[in-house]
Amino acid sequence: MPEVYLDHYAATAALPEVVEEMKPYFSEKFGNPSSLHGWGDDARKAVEEARARVAALINAEPGEVIFTSGGTEANNLAVKGIAWAARKKGNHVVVSAVEHFSVLHAARTLEKFGMEVTEVPVDSYGMVDPESIKEAITSDTVLVSVMTANGEIGTIQPVQEIAAAAAEKGVGFHTDAVAAAGYIPLDVKTMGADAVSIASDLLYGPKGVGALWVRKGRRLMALLDGGVQEGGRRGGTENVPGIVGMGKAAELAARDLETRAEYLRGMSSELLKWLPESIPRLSVTGHMEKRLPWNASFVVEFIEGEGMLLFLDQKGIAVSSGSACTSRALKGSHVLTACSIPAEIAQGSLLFSFGLDNKPEDVDYVIETLPPIVERLRQMSPLYDKFLKQGGG
Amino acid sequence: MVEIAQYSDTVMDHFMNPRNVGEIESADGVGEVGNPVCGDMMTFYIDVDEDERIKDVKFKTFGCGAAIAVSSMVSEMAMGKTLDEALQISRGDVAEQLGGLPENKMHCSNLGADALHKAIEDYKSKKAVKEG
Repeated sequence: MPEVYLDHYAATAALPEVVEEMKPYFSEKFGNPSSLHGWGDDARKAVEEARARVAALINAEPGEVIFTSGGTEANNLAVKGIAWAARKKGNHVVVSAVEHFSVLHAARTLEKFGMEVTEVPVDSYGMVDPESIKEAITSDTVLVSVMTANGEIGTIQPVQEIAAAAAEKGVGFHTDAVAAAGYIPLDVKTMGADAVSIASDLLYGPKGVGALWVRKGRRLMALLDGGVQEGGRRGGTENVPGIVGMGKAAELAARDLETRAEYLRGMSSELLKWLPESIPRLSVTGHMEKRLPWNASFVVEFIEGEGMLLFLDQKGIAVSSGSACTSRALKGSHVLTACSIPAEIAQGSLLFSFGLDNKPEDVDYVIETLPPIVERLRQMSPLYDKFLKQGGG
Repeated sequence: MVEIAQYSDTVMDHFMNPRNVGEIESADGVGEVGNPVCGDMMTFYIDVDEDERIKDVKFKTFGCGAAIAVSSMVSEMAMGKTLDEALQISRGDVAEQLGGLPENKMHCSNLGADALHKAIEDYKSKKAVKEG
Protein backbone atom coordinates (compact mmCIF):
# COMPACT_ATOMS: atom_id res chain seq x y z
CA MET A 1 0.00 0.00 0.00
CA PRO A 2 1.32 3.48 -0.82
CA GLU A 3 2.21 5.74 2.09
CA VAL A 4 1.17 9.26 1.28
CA TYR A 5 1.90 11.85 3.93
CA LEU A 6 -0.07 15.01 3.24
CA ASP A 7 0.02 16.61 6.67
CA HIS A 8 3.12 18.80 6.42
CA TYR A 9 1.35 21.67 8.15
CA ALA A 10 1.37 19.46 11.26
CA ALA A 11 4.95 18.28 10.90
CA THR A 12 7.74 17.97 8.35
CA ALA A 13 10.62 15.52 8.39
CA ALA A 14 13.91 17.22 9.23
CA LEU A 15 16.15 17.08 6.14
CA PRO A 16 19.30 14.92 6.37
CA GLU A 17 21.54 18.00 5.90
CA VAL A 18 19.74 19.64 8.81
CA VAL A 19 20.19 16.67 11.12
CA GLU A 20 23.88 16.35 10.11
CA GLU A 21 24.49 19.97 10.95
CA MET A 22 22.81 19.57 14.36
CA LYS A 23 24.63 16.41 15.42
CA PRO A 24 27.89 17.86 16.82
CA TYR A 25 25.96 20.22 19.07
CA PHE A 26 24.54 17.52 21.32
CA SER A 27 27.62 15.83 22.78
CA GLU A 28 30.71 17.21 21.08
CA LYS A 29 30.21 20.96 20.86
CA PHE A 30 27.86 20.98 23.82
CA GLY A 31 28.99 24.29 25.30
CA ASN A 32 26.85 27.11 26.60
CA PRO A 33 26.94 30.14 24.29
CA SER A 34 27.27 32.41 27.32
CA SER A 35 30.47 30.74 28.55
CA LEU A 36 33.81 32.45 28.13
CA HIS A 37 35.90 29.57 26.88
CA GLY A 38 36.39 27.47 23.79
CA TRP A 39 33.30 25.35 24.29
CA GLY A 40 31.21 28.46 24.75
CA ASP A 41 32.81 30.06 21.70
CA ASP A 42 31.92 27.12 19.47
CA ALA A 43 28.32 27.20 20.58
CA ARG A 44 28.06 30.98 20.32
CA LYS A 45 29.48 31.04 16.80
CA ALA A 46 27.03 28.34 15.75
CA VAL A 47 24.07 30.27 17.18
CA GLU A 48 25.21 33.49 15.46
CA GLU A 49 25.68 31.74 12.15
CA ALA A 50 22.17 30.31 12.46
CA ARG A 51 20.85 33.76 13.30
CA ALA A 52 22.38 35.17 10.12
CA ARG A 53 20.85 32.35 8.06
CA VAL A 54 17.40 32.83 9.57
CA ALA A 55 17.67 36.60 9.07
CA ALA A 56 18.60 36.06 5.41
CA LEU A 57 15.37 34.14 4.79
CA ILE A 58 13.41 37.34 5.43
CA ASN A 59 16.16 39.82 4.42
CA ALA A 60 16.55 41.04 8.01
CA GLU A 61 19.51 42.13 10.10
CA PRO A 62 20.79 39.20 12.19
CA GLY A 63 20.87 41.35 15.34
CA GLU A 64 17.10 41.76 15.10
CA VAL A 65 16.31 38.04 15.26
CA ILE A 66 15.32 36.46 18.59
CA PHE A 67 15.28 32.68 18.83
CA THR A 68 12.30 31.16 20.62
CA SER A 69 10.90 27.72 21.36
CA GLY A 70 8.74 27.81 18.22
CA GLY A 71 6.11 29.74 16.33
CA THR A 72 3.78 29.79 19.32
CA GLU A 73 6.32 31.49 21.55
CA ALA A 74 7.30 33.90 18.78
CA ASN A 75 3.66 34.95 18.39
CA ASN A 76 3.13 35.25 22.14
CA LEU A 77 6.30 37.31 22.46
CA ALA A 78 5.24 39.62 19.65
CA VAL A 79 1.64 40.17 20.73
CA LYS A 80 2.09 40.32 24.49
CA GLY A 81 5.59 41.74 24.40
CA ILE A 82 4.93 44.64 22.02
CA ALA A 83 1.48 45.51 23.41
CA TRP A 84 2.59 45.38 27.01
CA ALA A 85 5.72 47.44 26.39
CA ALA A 86 3.51 50.12 24.78
CA ARG A 87 0.64 50.03 27.29
CA LYS A 88 1.35 53.57 28.53
CA LYS A 89 0.68 54.81 25.00
CA GLY A 90 -2.56 52.93 24.60
CA ASN A 91 -4.42 49.75 25.47
CA HIS A 92 -5.91 48.54 22.21
CA VAL A 93 -4.82 45.67 19.95
CA VAL A 94 -6.21 44.72 16.53
CA VAL A 95 -6.03 41.13 15.23
CA SER A 96 -7.81 39.28 12.43
CA ALA A 97 -10.40 36.60 13.09
CA VAL A 98 -8.33 33.94 11.29
CA GLU A 99 -5.14 34.26 13.33
CA HIS A 100 -3.51 31.19 14.80
CA PHE A 101 -4.52 30.53 18.42
CA SER A 102 -1.08 31.62 19.58
CA VAL A 103 -2.02 35.13 18.44
CA LEU A 104 -5.76 35.05 19.25
CA HIS A 105 -5.34 33.56 22.70
CA ALA A 106 -2.38 35.82 23.48
CA ALA A 107 -4.68 38.75 22.64
CA ARG A 108 -7.35 37.32 24.95
CA THR A 109 -4.81 37.16 27.75
CA LEU A 110 -4.11 40.86 27.19
CA GLU A 111 -7.87 41.42 27.57
CA LYS A 112 -7.77 39.72 30.96
CA PHE A 113 -5.14 42.27 31.95
CA GLY A 114 -7.39 45.13 30.94
CA MET A 115 -6.42 45.77 27.33
CA GLU A 116 -8.99 45.92 24.56
CA VAL A 117 -8.93 43.70 21.51
CA THR A 118 -10.71 44.11 18.17
CA GLU A 119 -11.02 41.03 15.97
CA VAL A 120 -11.35 42.16 12.38
CA PRO A 121 -13.55 39.86 10.27
CA VAL A 122 -12.53 38.32 6.95
CA ASP A 123 -14.40 37.68 3.70
CA SER A 124 -15.48 34.22 2.56
CA TYR A 125 -11.97 33.55 1.21
CA GLY A 126 -10.48 34.32 4.63
CA MET A 127 -9.04 37.60 3.32
CA VAL A 128 -8.59 40.65 5.54
CA ASP A 129 -9.57 43.98 4.01
CA PRO A 130 -6.86 46.58 4.79
CA GLU A 131 -9.65 49.20 4.98
CA SER A 132 -11.22 47.34 7.90
CA ILE A 133 -7.87 47.43 9.69
CA LYS A 134 -7.77 51.19 9.18
CA GLU A 135 -11.27 51.49 10.59
CA ALA A 136 -10.43 49.32 13.60
CA ILE A 137 -7.41 51.41 14.60
CA THR A 138 -8.16 54.02 17.27
CA SER A 139 -5.97 56.57 19.00
CA ASP A 140 -5.48 53.89 21.67
CA THR A 141 -4.17 51.19 19.33
CA VAL A 142 -0.61 50.01 19.98
CA LEU A 143 -0.44 46.87 17.83
CA VAL A 144 -1.97 45.29 14.74
CA SER A 145 -1.31 41.58 14.19
CA VAL A 146 -2.38 39.92 10.93
CA MET A 147 -0.82 36.74 9.62
CA THR A 148 1.11 36.64 6.35
CA ALA A 149 -0.89 33.59 5.23
CA ASN A 150 -3.28 31.16 6.84
CA GLY A 151 -2.14 27.56 6.98
CA GLU A 152 -5.62 26.04 7.27
CA ILE A 153 -7.02 27.58 4.10
CA GLY A 154 -3.87 28.85 2.41
CA THR A 155 -5.06 32.43 1.92
CA ILE A 156 -2.24 34.96 1.59
CA GLN A 157 -3.10 38.27 3.23
CA PRO A 158 -2.34 41.70 1.74
CA VAL A 159 0.25 42.31 4.47
CA GLN A 160 1.96 45.18 2.72
CA GLU A 161 -1.27 47.17 2.56
CA ILE A 162 -2.12 46.24 6.13
CA ALA A 163 1.37 47.28 7.27
CA ALA A 164 0.91 50.58 5.45
CA ALA A 165 -2.46 51.10 7.14
CA ALA A 166 -0.85 50.53 10.54
CA ALA A 167 2.16 52.71 9.75
CA GLU A 168 -0.08 55.55 8.58
CA LYS A 169 -1.53 55.68 12.08
CA GLY A 170 1.84 55.11 13.76
CA VAL A 171 0.85 51.68 15.08
CA GLY A 172 3.16 48.67 15.37
CA PHE A 173 2.49 45.78 12.99
CA HIS A 174 3.27 42.12 13.63
CA THR A 175 2.74 39.33 11.14
CA ASP A 176 2.74 35.61 11.87
CA ALA A 177 4.64 34.19 8.90
CA VAL A 178 4.91 30.64 10.24
CA ALA A 179 2.87 29.12 7.41
CA ALA A 180 4.36 31.39 4.74
CA ALA A 181 8.09 31.76 5.41
CA GLY A 182 10.12 29.67 3.00
CA TYR A 183 7.18 29.32 0.61
CA ILE A 184 6.58 32.88 -0.53
CA PRO A 185 9.34 35.52 -0.72
CA LEU A 186 9.39 37.71 2.38
CA ASP A 187 11.45 40.85 2.77
CA VAL A 188 11.13 42.78 6.00
CA LYS A 189 12.71 45.79 4.28
CA THR A 190 9.76 46.17 1.92
CA MET A 191 6.85 44.59 3.77
CA GLY A 192 6.67 47.32 6.38
CA ALA A 193 6.23 45.07 9.40
CA ASP A 194 7.74 45.67 12.83
CA ALA A 195 7.79 42.02 13.86
CA VAL A 196 7.64 38.70 11.99
CA SER A 197 7.24 35.20 13.49
CA ILE A 198 8.69 32.10 11.86
CA ALA A 199 9.08 28.48 12.92
CA SER A 200 11.58 25.78 12.06
CA ASP A 201 9.26 22.80 11.91
CA LEU A 202 7.45 23.87 8.74
CA LEU A 203 10.81 24.30 7.01
CA TYR A 204 12.10 20.74 7.39
CA GLY A 205 13.95 21.75 10.52
CA PRO A 206 13.56 20.42 14.05
CA LYS A 207 10.50 21.04 16.23
CA GLY A 208 10.73 23.31 19.24
CA VAL A 209 12.57 26.19 17.55
CA GLY A 210 11.27 29.40 16.08
CA ALA A 211 12.25 33.00 15.74
CA LEU A 212 10.80 36.44 16.08
CA TRP A 213 12.25 39.25 14.06
CA VAL A 214 11.69 42.61 15.71
CA ARG A 215 12.62 45.88 14.04
CA LYS A 216 15.40 47.69 15.81
CA GLY A 217 14.08 50.29 18.23
CA ARG A 218 10.70 48.60 18.68
CA ARG A 219 10.16 48.10 22.41
CA LEU A 220 9.43 44.60 23.58
CA MET A 221 8.73 43.19 27.01
CA ALA A 222 10.35 39.81 27.58
CA LEU A 223 8.05 36.89 28.43
CA LEU A 224 10.83 34.76 29.86
CA ASP A 225 12.90 36.63 32.39
CA GLY A 226 16.31 35.24 33.10
CA GLY A 227 19.78 35.95 31.80
CA VAL A 228 20.69 38.33 29.04
CA GLN A 229 20.46 35.76 26.26
CA GLU A 230 18.93 37.06 23.04
CA GLY A 231 19.71 40.63 24.06
CA GLY A 232 17.74 40.24 27.29
CA ARG A 233 14.55 39.69 25.32
CA ARG A 234 14.38 35.95 25.92
CA GLY A 235 16.11 34.46 28.94
CA GLY A 236 17.25 30.87 29.17
CA THR A 237 20.17 28.91 27.78
CA GLU A 238 19.82 28.64 24.02
CA ASN A 239 18.62 25.41 22.40
CA VAL A 240 21.86 25.23 20.43
CA PRO A 241 21.24 22.07 18.36
CA GLY A 242 17.70 23.20 17.55
CA ILE A 243 18.85 26.69 16.58
CA VAL A 244 21.61 25.24 14.38
CA GLY A 245 19.00 23.01 12.74
CA MET A 246 16.67 25.93 12.13
CA GLY A 247 19.57 27.89 10.67
CA LYS A 248 20.33 25.15 8.15
CA ALA A 249 16.64 24.66 7.37
CA ALA A 250 16.26 28.40 6.77
CA GLU A 251 19.33 28.48 4.54
CA LEU A 252 17.97 25.66 2.38
CA ALA A 253 14.51 27.20 2.35
CA ALA A 254 15.93 30.51 1.11
CA ARG A 255 18.14 28.82 -1.49
CA ASP A 256 15.36 26.58 -2.85
CA LEU A 257 12.34 28.80 -2.27
CA GLU A 258 11.33 29.16 -5.90
CA THR A 259 11.88 25.55 -6.93
CA ARG A 260 10.11 24.28 -3.82
CA ALA A 261 7.18 26.62 -4.31
CA GLU A 262 6.84 25.63 -7.95
CA TYR A 263 7.04 21.92 -7.16
CA LEU A 264 4.45 22.14 -4.37
CA ARG A 265 2.18 24.42 -6.37
CA GLY A 266 2.18 21.89 -9.21
CA MET A 267 0.77 19.17 -6.96
CA SER A 268 -1.62 21.26 -4.88
CA SER A 269 -3.13 22.98 -7.91
CA GLU A 270 -3.80 19.59 -9.52
CA LEU A 271 -5.67 18.49 -6.41
CA LEU A 272 -7.51 21.81 -6.17
CA LYS A 273 -8.57 21.41 -9.77
CA TRP A 274 -9.48 17.72 -9.89
CA LEU A 275 -10.99 16.94 -6.51
CA PRO A 276 -14.02 19.21 -7.06
CA GLU A 277 -14.45 17.52 -10.48
CA SER A 278 -14.39 14.06 -8.91
CA ILE A 279 -16.68 14.67 -5.95
CA PRO A 280 -19.95 16.60 -6.16
CA ARG A 281 -20.76 19.04 -3.36
CA LEU A 282 -17.10 19.45 -2.45
CA SER A 283 -15.68 22.95 -2.44
CA VAL A 284 -12.31 24.60 -2.08
CA THR A 285 -11.81 26.75 1.02
CA GLY A 286 -9.62 29.84 0.97
CA HIS A 287 -8.53 31.97 -1.95
CA MET A 288 -7.86 30.30 -5.31
CA GLU A 289 -5.05 32.60 -6.52
CA LYS A 290 -3.67 34.24 -3.41
CA ARG A 291 -2.79 30.92 -1.89
CA LEU A 292 0.18 29.20 -0.25
CA PRO A 293 1.78 26.77 -2.70
CA TRP A 294 1.53 23.77 -0.35
CA ASN A 295 -2.11 24.14 0.68
CA ALA A 296 -5.15 22.35 -0.72
CA SER A 297 -8.14 22.64 1.60
CA PHE A 298 -11.73 21.64 1.06
CA VAL A 299 -15.08 21.07 2.67
CA VAL A 300 -17.13 18.01 1.76
CA GLU A 301 -20.85 18.34 2.37
CA PHE A 302 -23.04 15.90 4.35
CA ILE A 303 -20.21 14.05 6.09
CA GLU A 304 -17.80 14.66 8.92
CA GLY A 305 -14.01 14.96 8.72
CA GLU A 306 -12.90 12.31 11.19
CA GLY A 307 -14.61 9.51 9.31
CA MET A 308 -12.75 10.53 6.14
CA LEU A 309 -9.45 10.73 8.06
CA LEU A 310 -9.92 7.21 9.47
CA PHE A 311 -10.73 5.68 6.08
CA LEU A 312 -7.91 7.61 4.36
CA ASP A 313 -5.49 6.40 7.03
CA GLN A 314 -6.53 2.83 6.22
CA LYS A 315 -5.43 3.56 2.66
CA GLY A 316 -2.12 5.04 3.79
CA ILE A 317 -3.07 8.69 3.27
CA ALA A 318 -2.39 11.07 6.17
CA VAL A 319 -4.29 14.37 6.18
CA SER A 320 -6.01 16.58 8.74
CA SER A 321 -9.37 18.25 9.25
CA GLY A 322 -10.76 21.30 11.00
CA SER A 323 -13.92 19.49 12.05
CA ALA A 324 -15.10 19.69 15.65
CA CYS A 325 -14.81 15.92 16.09
CA THR A 326 -11.16 15.85 15.11
CA SER A 327 -10.15 18.61 17.53
CA ARG A 328 -9.37 17.65 21.07
CA ALA A 329 -11.53 20.50 22.31
CA LEU A 330 -14.36 19.27 20.03
CA LYS A 331 -14.68 22.75 18.54
CA GLY A 332 -14.96 23.42 14.85
CA SER A 333 -12.31 25.50 13.11
CA HIS A 334 -12.55 29.21 13.96
CA VAL A 335 -11.00 29.90 10.55
CA LEU A 336 -13.80 28.19 8.61
CA THR A 337 -16.36 29.87 10.87
CA ALA A 338 -14.75 33.26 10.15
CA CYS A 339 -15.10 32.49 6.40
CA SER A 340 -18.88 32.19 7.02
CA ILE A 341 -18.92 28.48 6.22
CA PRO A 342 -21.98 26.97 7.95
CA ALA A 343 -21.06 24.78 10.93
CA GLU A 344 -22.44 21.54 9.46
CA ILE A 345 -20.44 22.06 6.26
CA ALA A 346 -17.28 22.98 8.17
CA GLN A 347 -17.60 19.53 9.80
CA GLY A 348 -16.57 18.06 6.46
CA SER A 349 -13.26 19.94 6.35
CA LEU A 350 -10.15 18.34 4.82
CA LEU A 351 -6.67 19.85 4.72
CA PHE A 352 -4.00 18.45 2.42
CA SER A 353 -0.61 20.03 3.10
CA PHE A 354 1.97 19.07 0.50
CA GLY A 355 5.67 18.65 1.15
CA LEU A 356 8.94 17.97 -0.61
CA ASP A 357 8.59 14.21 -0.09
CA ASN A 358 5.34 14.10 -2.11
CA LYS A 359 5.25 12.96 -5.73
CA PRO A 360 2.81 13.98 -8.44
CA GLU A 361 1.41 10.39 -8.30
CA ASP A 362 0.26 11.09 -4.75
CA VAL A 363 -2.35 13.44 -6.19
CA ASP A 364 -3.65 10.69 -8.48
CA TYR A 365 -3.81 8.28 -5.56
CA VAL A 366 -5.88 10.76 -3.53
CA ILE A 367 -8.19 11.47 -6.44
CA GLU A 368 -8.75 7.74 -6.89
CA THR A 369 -9.07 6.92 -3.17
CA LEU A 370 -11.22 9.69 -1.76
CA PRO A 371 -14.41 9.53 -3.87
CA PRO A 372 -15.46 5.99 -2.76
CA ILE A 373 -14.76 6.96 0.88
CA VAL A 374 -16.96 10.04 0.56
CA GLU A 375 -19.65 7.98 -1.15
CA ARG A 376 -19.54 5.34 1.59
CA LEU A 377 -19.89 7.91 4.37
CA ARG A 378 -22.63 9.73 2.49
CA GLN A 379 -24.59 6.50 2.19
CA MET A 380 -24.63 6.48 6.00
CA SER A 381 -25.53 10.15 6.36
CA PRO A 382 -29.05 11.33 7.20
CA LEU A 383 -28.10 14.76 5.83
CA TYR A 384 -27.32 13.27 2.42
CA ASP A 385 -30.67 11.46 2.54
CA LYS A 386 -32.48 14.71 3.13
CA PHE A 387 -30.54 16.39 0.35
CA LEU A 388 -31.44 13.63 -2.13
CA LYS A 389 -35.09 13.67 -1.07
CA GLN A 390 -35.20 17.41 -1.62
CA GLY A 391 -34.28 16.71 -5.22
CA GLY A 392 -30.56 17.40 -5.01
CA GLY A 393 -27.88 15.36 -6.68
CA MET B 1 -2.32 0.97 11.18
CA VAL B 2 -2.30 3.41 14.02
CA GLU B 3 -4.79 3.67 16.81
CA ILE B 4 -6.41 6.90 15.85
CA ALA B 5 -8.21 8.88 18.53
CA GLN B 6 -7.67 5.94 20.90
CA TYR B 7 -10.49 3.89 19.44
CA SER B 8 -10.75 0.27 20.52
CA ASP B 9 -10.61 -2.54 17.96
CA THR B 10 -14.36 -3.03 18.41
CA VAL B 11 -15.02 0.65 17.69
CA MET B 12 -12.83 0.49 14.58
CA ASP B 13 -14.58 -2.71 13.44
CA HIS B 14 -18.04 -1.16 13.82
CA PHE B 15 -16.85 2.02 12.13
CA MET B 16 -15.23 0.24 9.18
CA ASN B 17 -18.03 -2.34 8.80
CA PRO B 18 -21.13 -0.82 10.30
CA ARG B 19 -24.08 -3.18 10.76
CA ASN B 20 -27.63 -2.26 9.75
CA VAL B 21 -26.89 0.98 7.90
CA GLY B 22 -29.88 2.20 5.96
CA GLU B 23 -33.45 3.24 6.16
CA ILE B 24 -36.75 1.37 6.58
CA GLU B 25 -39.47 2.62 4.24
CA SER B 26 -42.59 3.46 6.28
CA ALA B 27 -40.95 2.23 9.47
CA ASP B 28 -43.04 1.56 12.57
CA GLY B 29 -40.95 4.02 14.52
CA VAL B 30 -38.37 6.72 13.64
CA GLY B 31 -36.11 8.56 16.10
CA GLU B 32 -33.77 11.42 15.29
CA VAL B 33 -31.30 12.99 17.75
CA GLY B 34 -28.47 15.47 17.67
CA ASN B 35 -27.91 18.23 15.19
CA PRO B 36 -25.36 18.70 12.46
CA VAL B 37 -24.10 21.98 13.90
CA CYS B 38 -22.63 20.24 16.96
CA GLY B 39 -21.26 17.53 14.73
CA ASP B 40 -23.40 14.46 15.30
CA MET B 41 -26.81 13.46 14.10
CA MET B 42 -28.44 10.02 14.10
CA THR B 43 -31.69 8.65 12.73
CA PHE B 44 -32.95 5.23 13.83
CA TYR B 45 -35.72 3.24 12.12
CA ILE B 46 -37.46 0.25 13.73
CA ASP B 47 -40.02 -2.31 12.68
CA VAL B 48 -41.89 -4.05 15.48
CA ASP B 49 -43.71 -7.41 15.38
CA GLU B 50 -46.98 -8.37 17.11
CA ASP B 51 -45.09 -9.50 20.26
CA GLU B 52 -43.63 -6.00 20.60
CA ARG B 53 -40.24 -7.24 19.52
CA ILE B 54 -37.87 -5.26 17.29
CA LYS B 55 -37.76 -7.33 14.13
CA ASP B 56 -35.71 -4.87 12.11
CA VAL B 57 -33.58 -1.87 12.88
CA LYS B 58 -31.66 0.48 10.59
CA PHE B 59 -29.81 3.72 11.09
CA LYS B 60 -28.17 6.67 9.35
CA THR B 61 -25.52 8.74 11.08
CA PHE B 62 -23.67 11.98 10.40
CA GLY B 63 -20.71 12.21 12.71
CA CYS B 64 -17.29 10.99 13.69
CA GLY B 65 -16.02 7.42 13.78
CA ALA B 66 -17.32 6.98 17.33
CA ALA B 67 -20.80 8.16 16.39
CA ILE B 68 -20.98 5.65 13.54
CA ALA B 69 -19.64 2.80 15.70
CA VAL B 70 -22.11 3.65 18.48
CA SER B 71 -25.04 3.58 16.04
CA SER B 72 -23.93 0.25 14.62
CA MET B 73 -23.51 -1.28 18.09
CA VAL B 74 -26.90 -0.02 19.27
CA SER B 75 -28.58 -1.48 16.19
CA GLU B 76 -26.97 -4.84 16.90
CA MET B 77 -27.94 -4.73 20.57
CA ALA B 78 -31.55 -3.79 19.82
CA MET B 79 -32.21 -6.37 17.11
CA GLY B 80 -34.69 -9.02 18.33
CA LYS B 81 -35.20 -7.44 21.72
CA THR B 82 -38.62 -6.59 23.16
CA LEU B 83 -39.35 -2.86 23.36
CA ASP B 84 -39.03 -2.98 27.15
CA GLU B 85 -35.64 -4.66 26.87
CA ALA B 86 -34.50 -2.20 24.22
CA LEU B 87 -35.52 0.72 26.43
CA GLN B 88 -33.11 -0.65 29.04
CA ILE B 89 -30.10 -0.20 26.72
CA SER B 90 -28.15 2.71 28.20
CA ARG B 91 -25.34 4.87 26.85
CA GLY B 92 -23.04 3.21 29.36
CA ASP B 93 -23.94 -0.28 28.07
CA VAL B 94 -23.14 0.78 24.52
CA ALA B 95 -19.76 2.24 25.45
CA GLU B 96 -18.97 -0.90 27.43
CA GLN B 97 -19.90 -3.22 24.55
CA LEU B 98 -17.62 -1.15 22.31
CA GLY B 99 -14.70 -1.72 24.65
CA GLY B 100 -14.84 1.88 25.84
CA LEU B 101 -14.94 5.27 24.11
CA PRO B 102 -12.47 8.14 24.42
CA GLU B 103 -13.53 10.41 27.29
CA ASN B 104 -14.20 13.42 25.05
CA LYS B 105 -16.51 11.33 22.83
CA MET B 106 -18.67 9.94 25.66
CA HIS B 107 -21.23 12.73 25.43
CA CYS B 108 -21.48 14.14 21.94
CA SER B 109 -21.09 10.92 19.99
CA ASN B 110 -22.81 8.47 22.30
CA LEU B 111 -26.35 9.30 21.19
CA GLY B 112 -27.32 5.97 19.66
CA ALA B 113 -29.34 4.69 22.62
CA ASP B 114 -31.23 7.99 22.75
CA ALA B 115 -32.11 7.73 19.06
CA LEU B 116 -33.29 4.15 19.54
CA HIS B 117 -35.44 5.13 22.53
CA LYS B 118 -36.92 7.97 20.50
CA ALA B 119 -37.83 5.55 17.72
CA ILE B 120 -39.56 3.32 20.29
CA GLU B 121 -41.48 6.30 21.70
CA ASP B 122 -42.45 7.26 18.17
CA TYR B 123 -43.78 3.73 17.58
CA LYS B 124 -45.73 3.84 20.86
CA SER B 125 -47.29 7.21 20.19
CA LYS B 126 -48.26 6.20 16.64
CA LYS B 127 -49.83 3.03 18.04
CA ALA B 128 -51.69 5.00 20.71
CA VAL B 129 -53.11 7.26 18.01
CA LYS B 130 -54.17 4.23 15.95
CA GLU B 131 -55.81 2.53 18.93
CA GLY B 132 -57.12 5.75 20.43
